[in-house]
Amino acid sequence: MTRLQRKHYINNGYGALSWFLTLDHKRIALLYLITATLFFALGGAFAIAIRLELLTPAGDMVQSETYNKMFTMHGIIMVFFFLIPAIPAVLGNFLLPIMIGARDMAFPKLNLASWYIYMLGGLFTFVAMALGGVDTGWTFYTPYSSTYANSQVIITALGVFITGFSSILTGLNFLVTIHTMRAPGMSWFRLPLFVWAHYAASLIMVLGTPVVSITIILVALERLFHLGIFDPALGGDPILFQHLFWFYSHPAVYIMILPAMGVMSELIATFSRKRIFGYSFVASSSLAIAVLGFLVWGHHMFVSGQSMYAGLVFSILSFLVAIPSAIKVFNWLATLFRGSISLQTPMIYAFGFIGLFTIGGLTGLFLACLAVDVHVHDTYFIVAHFHYIMVGGVIMAYLGGIHYWWPKITGRMYPEWWGKFSAVVIFIGFNLTFLPQFVVGYLGMPRRYHFYPEEFQILNVLSTAGASILGIGYMIPLFYLVWSLRYGKVAGPNPWNAKGLEWTIPSPPPTENFDGTPEVTEEAYNYGTNHA
Amino acid sequence: MNSKFPLFPEAASSFAHHVDTLYFFLIALSVFFSVLIFGLVLFFAFRYKRKPNAEDPKPMLGDLRLELTWSIIPLLITMVIFVWGGLLYYHQLTPPANAQEIFGIGKQWMWKFYHPEGRNEINELHVPVGRPTKVILTSEDVLHDLFIPAFRTKMDVLPGRYTQIWFTPTKTGTYHLFCAEYCGTKHADMKGTVTVMSPLEYQGWLNGELGQDRMDKTGKELFKQFACQTCHQDQSLSRGPSLTGVYDSMVLLNNGKTVKADADYLRESILKPKAKIVQGYDAIMPTYKGQISEEQLIQIIEYIKSLKEPQKEVN
Ligand code: HEC
Ligand SMILES: [Cu+2]
Ligand SMILES: [Cu+2]
Repeated sequence: MTRLQRKHYINNGYGALSWFLTLDHKRIALLYLITATLFFALGGAFAIAIRLELLTPAGDMVQSETYNKMFTMHGIIMVFFFLIPAIPAVLGNFLLPIMIGARDMAFPKLNLASWYIYMLGGLFTFVAMALGGVDTGWTFYTPYSSTYANSQVIITALGVFITGFSSILTGLNFLVTIHTMRAPGMSWFRLPLFVWAHYAASLIMVLGTPVVSITIILVALERLFHLGIFDPALGGDPILFQHLFWFYSHPAVYIMILPAMGVMSELIATFSRKRIFGYSFVASSSLAIAVLGFLVWGHHMFVSGQSMYAGLVFSILSFLVAIPSAIKVFNWLATLFRGSISLQTPMIYAFGFIGLFTIGGLTGLFLACLAVDVHVHDTYFIVAHFHYIMVGGVIMAYLGGIHYWWPKITGRMYPEWWGKFSAVVIFIGFNLTFLPQFVVGYLGMPRRYHFYPEEFQILNVLSTAGASILGIGYMIPLFYLVWSLRYGKVAGPNPWNAKGLEWTIPSPPPTENFDGTPEVTEEAYNYGTNHA
Repeated sequence: MNSKFPLFPEAASSFAHHVDTLYFFLIALSVFFSVLIFGLVLFFAFRYKRKPNAEDPKPMLGDLRLELTWSIIPLLITMVIFVWGGLLYYHQLTPPANAQEIFGIGKQWMWKFYHPEGRNEINELHVPVGRPTKVILTSEDVLHDLFIPAFRTKMDVLPGRYTQIWFTPTKTGTYHLFCAEYCGTKHADMKGTVTVMSPLEYQGWLNGELGQDRMDKTGKELFKQFACQTCHQDQSLSRGPSLTGVYDSMVLLNNGKTVKADADYLRESILKPKAKIVQGYDAIMPTYKGQISEEQLIQIIEYIKSLKEPQKEVN
């Protein structure tokens, strides 16, 4: 076993306090990495339980009440405690300051506070679970949540409310850091696309999250004090809730997917050894997505009873927001063209992302298309679609990024063969899980059904089989990555021979990242310029 | 519901095939682009595989014409889908004027349907083939959603107001009817069947239950019971406007606006009379909120609908 020599951010201080009171963005990233992984495991356990229940048409494993609580917890944990923080809080936290040549975030204490707030929100969620759980679905639709549900709505709502602040503060920290902490020479159009993507996502976090926080508090107020806000029996309007909820929760998808696209650009550039084709289009499409993303929330409400004309407007806007995503995919393709492509694990994950995101995006057109949405809304078709984007897309990029920067984060390489193997297993398991759900959705199986008509069974069995493969696929990296912490090959500062400031410093980086302030003299992804 | 393991739903309404055609178009489009994109990825990965000790390739910064091409082509395609989907959506949401009306009430966790002829049913809906049918829906508690996959349509069912769904069944048979909006513990149990019958059979079915009064007749009794006729009479001295012929007419309000007197307007007039005041009348009508049940309300509305000729003997 070879050892890592010298002092770096991990061995700079021992003991629990050196971690729990750290202000180092890299250590905070690791705190997030560990806790987000735990949340993912918990959310995944719920998913497995759900899939097992759906193996047979009868609701024979658990009671309906329990089933409803399981899909609610699965959704809440995965959305608010894993997918939203995953890439920004782990990879973003670790890399963003380094990529722009800074020593740390603009507000290191706020950064640590974000993690504590996130944990506090998690604690509330656990308390809600311990007290019997909540059964409203992660969408908290009123008046069920505000009046009728007999479960821990208020504590859970507080948990989501609190976690929202963690997201807001992280976004704020990123924005200020990117604006004020760039090294000399790091102009806006030299920023890695990862940074651009995080900038756009941060805008959404800061502007959107307060809306969902307020909405959730209104639900709690209506529940506690019978203020008539959303329940018609009290003079409220249930559709108002949906408007407010989706005003955040649609852009929230972009909080998840934009950073994932940022990771993608880094992976594609490094493993085809080319500057990203159409850099400025890829960068500005992130901003376009962030802005347009705020204008399409009503596509969740085509059959909610909102006016038909509202439906038409939200439909056309939803088609428009597809364009910047398409632009990104085509630019990545053009980057691969005449590249020098090596298929290492991170690139396999990147290809997986393109495959799953393409299917997720194209099936999004079915849903933006009004007439088809009327039929598939609230069926398994939707479930499949958003898992392709949020799980297929985001987690593929997340894992790709984890593998790519693992040598930087830990100083050691992961085992390459196992890396590729897990990527392939995940890709196959994912498709087997969710492709059948498109079919069963169009057949008419509604989502959130504890039991279902017999003729849907075969497709559900396929889906459950896929989920078990997928579950194993997600577990493999857990083992070999932990293994690599001790036994992995020592990576050296730049195992991929990649461009980017993070690869100019030792692995793992020293606490202060750089000796002195780096000076940036070249564009991002400056590969192959020795030709000129 | 015939095949044991179907891969595609039955199509049993007039617009089911239109939705399916659009769906197949989208599938074709998706397959084309998925194969194109993924094919290119794999092709490039093999064609441009890194050779040992190869120099880095020449950078390609970008190309405006290409960017425009792959922005504009998707834009045009999506606009085609938008227009196509939008027109069909308009059709799905706009019942024809001659549609026969049925009322539906959702509650945790069952569906109740009321036929104007007086027959009621629970978790079952009988409709005649070939006739446009509109179901006016409301909920007694939380949100629900009436979803009939074979008809390719669904609509949320809300407490406190009416929404509607319509279809023209094209094939006799029994089909699923689901609640598609999560509504609590037994959401998955809130399902039933739609039975499409020939008009003759349907007529027989309607008359099948003896001793049932037509809805408008029950509504007329309720109208008397709640003493509505003390103010609403077909004579000029009446304190309230005559309700004859009001249904589906345009009503002039005291703020100068006009509204269409559909079921939702009648509902609001009875439960929240102060919300809209008919021109020429005072806001003296009391609210009946909390006194009239959803079921009674639709019967009264059905009665008001039936008032086409001036009534002589309301008292
Ligand atoms: C105290 C007298 C009074 C009683 C009792 C009363 N109404 Fe009215 N109603 C009015 C007046 C006056 C108006 C017109 C002003 C307004 O819009 O509120 C009206 C308006 C209406 C309208 C709207 C009519 C239009 O032309 O747009 C409907 C429908 C209606 N009432 C139904 C009912 C029903 C059903 C009942 C019994 C459950 C009832 N009313 C009992 C006085 C009354
Ligand atoms: Cu959305
Ligand atoms: Cu339901």
